[in-house]
Amino acid sequence: MARNKSGLTILDEVWSVLAQVPDPEIPAVSVVDLGIVRRVDARAVIITPTYSGCPATLVIEQTIRAALAAAHLPHDVVTELAPAWTTDWITDDGRAKLRAFGIAPPPIGHGTRSLMNAAPAECPRCSSTDTREISRFGSTPCKALWQCNACAEPFDRFKCH
Amino acid sequence: MNAHTAYALHLGDDALILGQRLSEWCGHAPALEIDLSLANLALDLVGQATSFLGHAGALEGDGRDADALAFHRDVLDFTNCLMVEQPNGDFGQTIARQFLFSTYQHMLYERLTASTDATLAAIAAKGVKEVAYHAEVSADWVIRLGDGTPESAARMAAGLEWHWRFVDELFEPVDPALVAAGIAVDTPALRPAWDARVAAVLAEANLPRPAPRRAVTGGRNGHHSEHLGHLLAAMQHLPRSYPGAVW
Repeated sequence: MARNKSGLTILDEVWSVLAQVPDPEIPAVSVVDLGIVRRVDARAVIITPTYSGCPATLVIEQTIRAALAAAHLPHDVVTELAPAWTTDWITDDGRAKLRAFGIAPPPIGHGTRSLMNAAPAECPRCSSTDTREISRFGSTPCKALWQCNACAEPFDRFKCH
Repeated sequence: MNAHTAYALHLGDDALILGQRLSEWCGHAPALEIDLSLANLALDLVGQATSFLGHAGALEGDGRDADALAFHRDVLDFTNCLMVEQPNGDFGQTIARQFLFSTYQHMLYERLTASTDATLAAIAAKGVKEVAYHAEVSADWVIRLGDGTPESAARMAAGLEWHWRFVDELFEPVDPALVAAGIAVDTPALRPAWDARVAAVLAEANLPRPAPRRAVTGGRNGHHSEHLGHLLAAMQHLPRSYPGAVW
């Protein structure tokens, strides 16, 4: 495979560009961290929408296109619906970044069980699990509002999806 | 338009019209939590509608996309059920509609994930997780209001009473050839599970099951209540006034 001056393949380059594309609503994480990028082939970056009604979907596609163009990469961006995105695809790195940003990441393995959030969230500030849900919907469709009973911190929880 | 296209359109129209209706609550709901909830439910539904209508446009093959189908059709061309176009009324009436419809839509999407039309199955697989939440949130509110004060219980009961005449239309049979081909869900078959779920929630809410009513139907054939035209006027005003305008 062709390599550039720094010894990177084109695919490596595409991935490193994508890793710099922030989610428009949660800029602490990239589209790769959130599992929005399904795969990259020779011609295209294949992405998935997160929630059907996520207003960021179009912005994400446009931002990726702009980032690829700025790096002079010829890749197209293609959206595929199936299989449906789940929060299980958020990477470990992404989960750590969410926590550092003050958002409780979704528990792994609950993605198929919809958004019921049966288990208590872990407070991103003090790690206590003595927490309660304040509102099922928060600042964006993908988050619920929670509060920590131990340290009183209110925080967003990424919904399990 | 063939039956397959019409089916995708009816799924999209149900989601679109309910999404538009719910968005009218934005900034007006009784508490912040439910204001956010209703706006987010609306967003989910409009997102699902965009997918269904986009698919209908592709099946039709005349170059109409989701926006063309949403904004450049008139009342007679919409095939949504009558329940979703009804006015919001008070909060009890809105919650009644959401509970009755989301419970149906959740069961519908669950089955639709097995559709032989891979695109319908993919849209349903995304949507079913969202709609499960809608069904749960609205059931919670039915119980909260029904098992609440005499005032909230009376309003919740009145809301269910108001919408009950539109329930039968949800379970109208769809084109048998589509069902046989595994494309469409056999809607009447969903009724027993729906009845059982609704009965369980109403029992927990201490609410009576509304008495059987003569069904009002016709939405699937484009025969709508006067409310739909007013809704479309608000929803379609901008793209009709400025044809071809893009965001």
